[in-house]
Amino acid sequence: MFDVKKYYDVDNLGVALSLLSKEPHLIVIAGGTDVLIKMQHGWNQEETELLGINRIAELKGIRMLDNGDIEIGALCNFNQIEEDATLQENIIPLVEAAASIGGPQIRNVATIGGNICNGVTSADSASTLFAYDAKLKLSTERSERIVPISEFYMGPGKVALESGELLTHIIIPKESYEGYQGRYIKFARRKAMDIATLGVSVNYRIDEASGCFEDLRIGLGVAGPTPLRCIEAEEYARGTKVSEEGIAGIAGKAVLSSHARTSWRASKEYREHLIEELVAEALLSITDGVRGEEDE
Amino acid sequence: MNRMQINFTLNGKDIHLEIEPGETLLEIIRKRLGEIGTKKGCGVGECGACTVLVEGRPVDSCIYLGIWVNGNDVRTVEGLAAKDGNLSEMQEAYIEDGAVQCGFCTPGFLMSATAMKENGRKYTREEVKRALSGNFCRCTGYKKIIEATEKGLKS
Repeated sequence: MFDVKKYYDVDNLGVALSLLSKEPHLIVIAGGTDVLIKMQHGWNQEETELLGINRIAELKGIRMLDNGDIEIGALCNFNQIEEDATLQENIIPLVEAAASIGGPQIRNVATIGGNICNGVTSADSASTLFAYDAKLKLSTERSERIVPISEFYMGPGKVALESGELLTHIIIPKESYEGYQGRYIKFARRKAMDIATLGVSVNYRIDEASGCFEDLRIGLGVAGPTPLRCIEAEEYARGTKVSEEGIAGIAGKAVLSSHARTSWRASKEYREHLIEELVAEALLSITDGVRGEEDE
Repeated sequence: MNRMQINFTLNGKDIHLEIEPGETLLEIIRKRLGEIGTKKGCGVGECGACTVLVEGRPVDSCIYLGIWVNGNDVRTVEGLAAKDGNLSEMQEAYIEDGAVQCGFCTPGFLMSATAMKENGRKYTREEVKRALSGNFCRCTGYKKIIEATEKGLKS
């Protein structure tokens, strides 16, 4: 039995936002795989009042908008994301990240919105959303704003949601995915039911004429207190030859952006080693076709 | 305490209950309805001993609020056998292959395996392992469980 004083079971976004505005102390719960675990560990002295949003149908879809942007409802669960044709076609790393989370029972209930709003650096979906410059649609009863995901994470467990505000959609702009190849690698001790020791999400676009990276983006999870981007490596990559040597150089630079720390899961040094190895592995695994000539 | 009304079906039977908002589906199934085939293991959604099917999909009932099944179809291990008492093909496969040691994890495994069978997909060995990855067997009898699941999927 969880210590819940009151539960609002809401199936309409307007009603949810109105309640959240009147009673900003309400804890929003969707799949509950983070919220309920935190409650078990006594995060609140008083009994909790929950706003249950998992019946709001309009937040459960994945669709391509007229302008080509892909909009993901905050209540999409990871099973749905893993199986979604639009994402499979356009944003493979997000599908790979979804597939790496928990086990089937967790993926059937855990939502992408919850994964992000929980604010932890190990959220498997977050590094990929960082790497694709995702935008978050935050709504209150009266207003709506769009925030880049890079500005959403304030610190461990802290996100930029204001009082009465709810994450409703995640938007991946067309220019972020069109023409890009990507890969997500989760490094953990087990293949399932584990938290990432490190998560690496890369994507790139190539300049066909020169065989160089035209653009490269690297998102890391558990490489710092929040998910982060490897700015130094990304700058270095632009114009760098797509070759084993070029990739090794990029991977070396990726460590510069990290703020890894030692925890019981892994030491700082081990995590830094993983960053370099996994950035290289991820890039090598998706550039086979374009690195064809270097052996000659 | 603000009590709530829920209606759902458990193994085909209509259930109407007044519950407290913090009650889990596991507590409702075991304590209120007395169906104790579904086990409580870790209590934090890691071991899968409490796996039940909600609308045909496996969920960990220990971290699933009872209020969420309002209007839904819920199935537990008690609902796998036919009305005449004949066990399901998956249950028979588990018995034939000796996929049960202490038995505590078995109801959860059976529910995950039943969900696989009912969705009609073909599974490779690796896919079987992945589909069962949310269920732990601490006797570590995975080999027999995987083989039995494959047999149950084929029969």
